[in-house]
Amino acid sequence: MEKRIRVLVAKPGLDGHDRGAKVVARALRDAGFEVIYTGLRQTPEQIVEAALQEDVNVVALSLLSGAHNHLFPRVVEMCKQKGMDDVLIVGGGVIPDADIPGLKAAGVAAVFTPGTPTSNIAEFIKANVK
Amino acid sequence: MSLDNMDGLKQKMGEYTGKVEKALAKFPERKNLPHNRLYTPLDTEGLDYEQDLGFPGEYPFTRGVQPTMYRGRFWTMRMYAGFSTAEESNKRYRYLLESGGTGLSCAFDLPTQIGYDSDDPISAGEVGKVGVAIDSLADMEILFDSIDLGKVSTSMTINAPASVLLAMYIAVAEKQGVSADKLNGTIQNDILKEYAARGTYIFPPQPSMRLITNIFEYCSKNVPNWNTISISGYHIREAGSTASQEIAFTIADGIAYVDAAIKAGLNVDDFAGRLSFFWNAHNNVLEEVAKFRASRRVWAKVMKERFGATKPKSWMLRVHTQTAGSMLTAQQPDNNIIRVALQTAAAVLGGTQSLHTNSKDEALALPTEDAVRIALRTQQIVAYESGLADVVDPLAGSYYIESLTNQIEKEAWEYIKKIDDMGGAVVAIEQGYIQREIQESAYKWQMEVENKQRVIVGVNQFQIEEKPVEGLLRVDASVGELQKKKLVELRARRDNAAVQTKLAALEAGCQDESVNLMPLILDAVKAYATLGEICGVMRKVFGEYEAHVSL
Repeated sequence: MEKRIRVLVAKPGLDGHDRGAKVVARALRDAGFEVIYTGLRQTPEQIVEAALQEDVNVVALSLLSGAHNHLFPRVVEMCKQKGMDDVLIVGGGVIPDADIPGLKAAGVAAVFTPGTPTSNIAEFIKANVK
Repeated sequence: MSLDNMDGLKQKMGEYTGKVEKALAKFPERKNLPHNRLYTPLDTEGLDYEQDLGFPGEYPFTRGVQPTMYRGRFWTMRMYAGFSTAEESNKRYRYLLESGGTGLSCAFDLPTQIGYDSDDPISAGEVGKVGVAIDSLADMEILFDSIDLGKVSTSMTINAPASVLLAMYIAVAEKQGVSADKLNGTIQNDILKEYAARGTYIFPPQPSMRLITNIFEYCSKNVPNWNTISISGYHIREAGSTASQEIAFTIADGIAYVDAAIKAGLNVDDFAGRLSFFWNAHNNVLEEVAKFRASRRVWAKVMKERFGATKPKSWMLRVHTQTAGSMLTAQQPDNNIIRVALQTAAAVLGGTQSLHTNSKDEALALPTEDAVRIALRTQQIVAYESGLADVVDPLAGSYYIESLTNQIEKEAWEYIKKIDDMGGAVVAIEQGYIQREIQESAYKWQMEVENKQRVIVGVNQFQIEEKPVEGLLRVDASVGELQKKKLVELRARRDNAAVQTKLAALEAGCQDESVNLMPLILDAVKAYATLGEICGVMRKVFGEYEAHVSL
C-alpha cells in the first residue's frame, strides 16, 4: 500500500479564526490524507517542531489576521534551517492578491484564497508533494 | 380559526399536496430546500397571541423590546472600526461620526485582545493589523482625542482583557471631566464564545468568570449605564453554526454568566438589565427574522422562569447585530453590497437595537473609507427609504414566520436542555461539545457549496474572469516599530515605582477571590501600567487556558 501523505494544518500567530483550517483539515482527511491540526496560536518555531516530530510531507498554514507576510516566510525559513527541504508548504486565508507573488518567492508553494474548493487543495498537494 | 375550519383546511391542504406531488415529475422543485413548501394556519395552530407574541415592549418580547421600535428612533448605526495606531483610528472614528454614524465600535488588534504589548515577541507581525494597537492609557487618550465620551456611546470588542480596556475608558473619561456614571457603551466581555469559536482567550474559565462577575458588580454601582457584556452568537455563526445553534449556544453562555453572578452573591435584577446580546445577520432573510424573534422569547422565559428576575428590563434581550462577514465573497466583491443590504433588512425586520454593516471588501482586507461609507449608507437607505422600519415587527402573523419562530425556539430549547444536562456551557465547552457541533455545521455548509447543492453567486456559479482588486487598505508595517518606540518613551516617562506598587496590589487581589479586581486594575491603568504588564500579573496568578483541539 502506498504511504499516505501526512499534512500538518497549522494556525500561526494570534489569529483565532479556525473555521477554514478545520474545514480544510477534515476535507483532506476525507480525501485520504493523514492530518494533524496544531490548534491556535502557534509560533513558527512550534509549527516547525511539530512538522519535524510528526514527520509530515506538507505544512498547510492558515491565517486571516494580515500577518501572513511576516509569519509564512518565517515558517519556510525555519524549515530550511532544519533541513526539511522536502516539506511542501502551502498557505491560505484572507490574503490580498498583491501579496501572493512575494509569498511564493519566499517559498510558499501555493496560496489558497477564500472560495477555493477544498478539492483543489487536495489535488494541488497530491501533484506537488515531494 | 375554529376546529371545524381546521379540519376543512387539513383536507384542502391534503388535496393541494396531492396535486403538487403528482406534478413534481413534470415540474420538479429545487433540491435541499430547508423549509416546507407552503405555510398555512395549520402550521401556527395553537399559537396564542397574547402568550406567544404579546405587544412590543412587553413579555415575552417576541415583537421587540421597545413599544414603538423604530417609529421613534432608528437603531444605532454603529460601524466597527479600528486599525493601525490610535492616531489613525481616531481619524476614522471622527470621520464616521461626521458621516452620521451614531455610535462608535472599537476593533483592537490581536496582541491587545490577548493581553500582550506591541513589543512582546509574540506580537510580531500582528501589531495594528485587525484593529488598533492599545498598549496603555496613553494610547487610549489618543484614540478618543476630541471625542466627547459624555455624548458618544462606545462599543469595545474586547473580551479576555475587557476589565483593563474598560478601566482605560473610565480613566480617559475622567480626564475629560466626564464621570463614570455618565458613560454609555458596551464591552463584549464574553469569554465563553472565545473558547468555543473566536479564539482570543487568555485565562482558564474560573478566573475568567470571576473577572466578568467583578465587572458586573463594579458597573452596577459605578457605571450604571454600561452594557457589561455582549453575549455573542455572531462569532459562533461565523464559525459555521446554524441559526438555531447560534442562539442556543449563546443563550446557554448567558445562563452560565447569570449563574456565576448569582453564585458570587449578586442579585439578578441588579445586573441583568445591563446584559446585551450580539447576533449575526446571515443571508437567509426570513430565517434570520424568525431567529431574532425566537431569541427574545427564549431569553425572556429564561430570565423570568428560571432565574426569577422580576424587573421587565431583566427579561429583555437587547441586541447588537453585525452582517455576516463569512458570507461575503472575494469574488466579484461589488455583489457584497447587495448581500449586506439583504442582511440589513433581516436585522431591521428582526428588531435589532444597533447594527454594523460590513463593507464590500472585507473578504479581501480591512475596509477602505469609501467601502465603509457605502456600508453605512446601506443602513441609512433601509432606515429612511425602504419602509421596513416604519411598522413594529411587520412580519408577525405570517404563517411562515410564526412557524419558523416556533421551530427555532424549539431547537434552541433542545440544545439548552442538552447543555444543562452536561453541566452547563462551561462544561460543554471544556468537553469540546459546542465546538464539535459548530464544526459539523461548518463542514456540511462547505460540502454543500462544493457539490453545488448550495449556490454562492460568483463563487460556484456565475463566475467571471476576475481582475485583481486594487486600492485595498494596507496597514503600514511600521506600526509595530512606532508602538515599540512609544512604549520605550512611556516606560522612561512614568513613575515606575508607582507602577510596581499598583501591580503588586493587583497580584495580591488576584490571589484573594473575595476581592473585586476592577478598582485595582483602574489604579494600575491610571499609573500607566501597560496592558501587557497588567495581563501578565493575572497570567502569573491565573494561568492560561489550554484549548480543546479536535477535528
